[in-house]
Amino acid sequence: MKNVFSHHISGISFMTWLSLLRVTTRRLLSTSQSSVDPKELRKFQFLAHSWWDEQGEYSALHSMNDIRVPFIRDTVLNMGSTYQQGSPLSGIKILDVGCGGGLLSEPLGRLGASVTGIDPLEENIRVADQHKSFDPVLAKRIQYKCSSLEDIVEESVEMFDVIVASEVVEHVADLEMFIKCCCQVLKPAGSLFITTINKTQLSYILGIVVAEKIAGIVPEGAHDWEKFVPPEELERLLEANGFSVKTVNGMLYNPLTGSWSWIESTSINYALHAVKSGGQAPTSQTEPLSEMESEQCSATAGTSV
Amino acid sequence: MAAACGRALLAPLGGRMRACPRAPLRSLTAAAPLYDVVVSGGGMVGSAMAAALGHDIHFHDKKIALLEAGPRKEYHLPESYSNRVSSISPGSATFLSSFGAWDHVCSLRCKPFRRMQVWDACSEAIITFEKDDLDDMGYIVENDVVMSALTKQLDAVADRVEVFYGSRAVGYTWPLPSHSCDTSPWVQIELADGRRLQTKLLIGADGHNSAVRKEAEIQNIEHQYDQSAVVATLHLSEATDNNVAWQRFLPTGPIALLPLSDTASSLVWSTSHQHASKLLTMDKESFVDSINSAFWSNVNHSDFIDAAGAMFRSALSLLKPSGTGVRQLPPSVAEVDPESRAVFPLGMGHAAQYVRHRVALIGDAAHRVHPLAGQGVNLGFGDIACLAHHLSAAAFNGQDLGSLKHLLRFETERQRHNVSLIAAIDLLKRLYSTNLSPLVLLRTWGLQATNALPPIKVRFFLCTRAIEEFLQ
Repeated sequence: MKNVFSHHISGISFMTWLSLLRVTTRRLLSTSQSSVDPKELRKFQFLAHSWWDEQGEYSALHSMNDIRVPFIRDTVLNMGSTYQQGSPLSGIKILDVGCGGGLLSEPLGRLGASVTGIDPLEENIRVADQHKSFDPVLAKRIQYKCSSLEDIVEESVEMFDVIVASEVVEHVADLEMFIKCCCQVLKPAGSLFITTINKTQLSYILGIVVAEKIAGIVPEGAHDWEKFVPPEELERLLEANGFSVKTVNGMLYNPLTGSWSWIESTSINYALHAVKSGGQAPTSQTEPLSEMESEQCSATAGTSV
Repeated sequence: MAAACGRALLAPLGGRMRACPRAPLRSLTAAAPLYDVVVSGGGMVGSAMAAALGHDIHFHDKKIALLEAGPRKEYHLPESYSNRVSSISPGSATFLSSFGAWDHVCSLRCKPFRRMQVWDACSEAIITFEKDDLDDMGYIVENDVVMSALTKQLDAVADRVEVFYGSRAVGYTWPLPSHSCDTSPWVQIELADGRRLQTKLLIGADGHNSAVRKEAEIQNIEHQYDQSAVVATLHLSEATDNNVAWQRFLPTGPIALLPLSDTASSLVWSTSHQHASKLLTMDKESFVDSINSAFWSNVNHSDFIDAAGAMFRSALSLLKPSGTGVRQLPPSVAEVDPESRAVFPLGMGHAAQYVRHRVALIGDAAHRVHPLAGQGVNLGFGDIACLAHHLSAAAFNGQDLGSLKHLLRFETERQRHNVSLIAAIDLLKRLYSTNLSPLVLLRTWGLQATNALPPIKVRFFLCTRAIEEFLQ
C-alpha cells in the first residue's frame, strides 16, 4: 500500500509538477502582458494621432502639465541639494511610465532631466519619437521605448531617480505587480509620482458621466470606473511594498477655463508622492502646504538677476 | 461624442492657429539653426527684450537671437545732446535696472525731473504733477544713451544672446498649428543674405511698420495724424534748476520742453505739417522767437473763457482751498543747437491682436501713440516686462515657449492696460486740437477740476506706475 500510495503520490506530484510547470511557463511568457491590459491598449490605439493637438481629445492632459510639472519639479528641487541655473532637473534620471505621446516627458526634458519614456503601444511611441525629433536638445535628453514596465525591470535595476506614472494606474491590470516593479527600478530614496482618479460616486458622476459622455473632456470609454484606485488603497499597497507616502493632494479640472488646480479633497483626481525606503534620507522634509506655496512663488522667481 | 461645451470654448483659439498660406519647408529645415526666441528689430524695445531674456535665470540654457538691420554702433558720449530723447517713467527705470542697464544710463547721462506743468493756450487752466515725497517723476534720457546701455548688457550675455547686425528678415514661414508628420513645427526666418533661422518664438519689435505684423496678417487699426513733431536741442537764456517738464497745448498741437541739463532742454513740438516744415527751414532767431512766443503768448485767450475759468476756479477754492497749485513760469530759450532740428510724422496705431501661435508683438509694432503724454517707449518697456515674466514662468515649467496659452495671457494683460491709455491719449489730442469755445471751456474746467481733485489726478497718473506695481 505504501508503494501504491507513494507511487500514487509521486504520480500526483508529477502531474502537479507538470501542470505547475505549464502554468508557470504561461505566466512567464505572459509576464510582459501582466500589468498591461489588452483591452486598454485598444482604447488608445485610435487616438494616437491626437496627442499633440492642444485642443483635441487630450487637451485636459496638456493643461494638467501646468500643475503636475511644477509639483514634480519642486518636490525634486526640495529633496536635492544642487540647483543648476536654468536647468532645475539637470542630472536627474526620470522614467515616465505610460508616456503616451510624450506630453509629460517633453517638459521634464526641457527642465534638464534625462527622461526614458515607455509605453506598451507602438503608435504612441512613434508619435512621441516624431514629435521630439524636431528639437535637437529634447531628442538627446529623451529616449522612448515601446515596452511595459516589467520588460525593462531586469536591465534597469535601481537606475532611476524619479518614476512618474501619471494617469496610468487606473489602466493597469495588476497594480501590486506594477508597484513592485517601480520599487525595483528606483534608486534608494528615489521618488515615485502618481496622478490618478479616485473611486467614488463623485468621480463616477464627474469623471465618467460628465467628462466622457457629456462634456467630451475625456475620450469616451477611456476610463473604467471599476479600475479607479482610491488613495487609501494606493497608499496601503505602496507602504506594503517598500515605499513611504509623503504627499497626497487633490486635483480639480475646471472645464470652463480648461485648467487644473489643487484642492483639499481627493474625491476625484489626486496626485501622490512616495519615496522608496532605504538608502540616504532626503535632505529636507516638506509639507504639502509649503510645496504649494513654493510652486506659486517659483513661477515668479525667474525675473530676478 | 466628440465636440462638447468644454471644447467649444476653446474654439476661438482656432482663429489664432490658422496658418497663413505658405507651404512649410521640409528637408531644408534640417540645416537651419534652431533658436528658442528670435527678436526681430534691434531698437530700444527689441534690444531691451533680448537683454531682459538673456539675463533671466530660467533662460540660462536657452538660445536667443536678435536681428538688427543696422550696423553695430560704438557709442562715445558726445558733448552736445542728441535731439531724440525719451521720457522714462520710474517704472521703466526699475525695469531697466532689473537687468543692469539703468546703471549704465546713469553713468552716461540722464536728467531726472520732479514736476510736470501742463497748461492750455486758450485759457488760464493749468495742471501740475509732482510726487508727494519729492521723488523723481521721470527721467529725460537720449535714445542713444539707452541704446548704448542696452548694447553693453547684451554684450554681457553674449553666450546666450546672439546679435545679428546688418541682418534684415525678408521672409517668414509659419508652422501649421497641430503639426503632422514631416512639417517643422518652428517658425522659419529667411534673412536678406540667404541665411535661415528657425525659432520656437518670434517676437516682433520692428516698429510701427512692422514686417512681422504684416506677414502674420494681423490687422492693424491705424490713423495718420495731420501733425508732425519738430525736435531740437535748445539752450536756455539762463542756468536754472531745470527739473520741470513743460507742456503747453496750442490749438495747432502741444509744445513741450523737456529738461536735459541746467542749461539745455529738448524741444518736442507737435504741429501741422506746413507749420512744421516752416519751423524746420526758418532761421535760428525766428525759430527761437516762435518757441518763446508759443510758451508765453496769450493771443489765444478770449475774455469769455478767462472769466468762466476764473469763476470756476473760485468755486473750486471754496470746496478745496489748497487745490489749485502754484503756477510756475517756463524758462525762456536763447538759442538752438545747429543741425539739431528734425521733423518726423505722427500717427496712432493699434494691432487687433498682439499674439499668434509662436508670434508676439511688442512696442510700436503693437501700438503707436502721440508723444503728447511721453508714453511711447514706456508702453514698450511695459510690454517687455510683462512678456518676459510670462516667458520666464513658462520656461521654469518646461513649457513650449511659443505656446498660445501664455502668449494670450500676455496679450490680455497688456491690451487691458494699453487700450484705455491709447484711447485717452488720442482723445486728449483731439480735445486740445481746437479753439472752439465750448470745447475749450470743457477742457478748461476739466483741467482745473482734475488739478484740484487729488483722486482723479492720481488715477490719471497711475497709468505710468503700472509697470512699477507689475514688477513688485
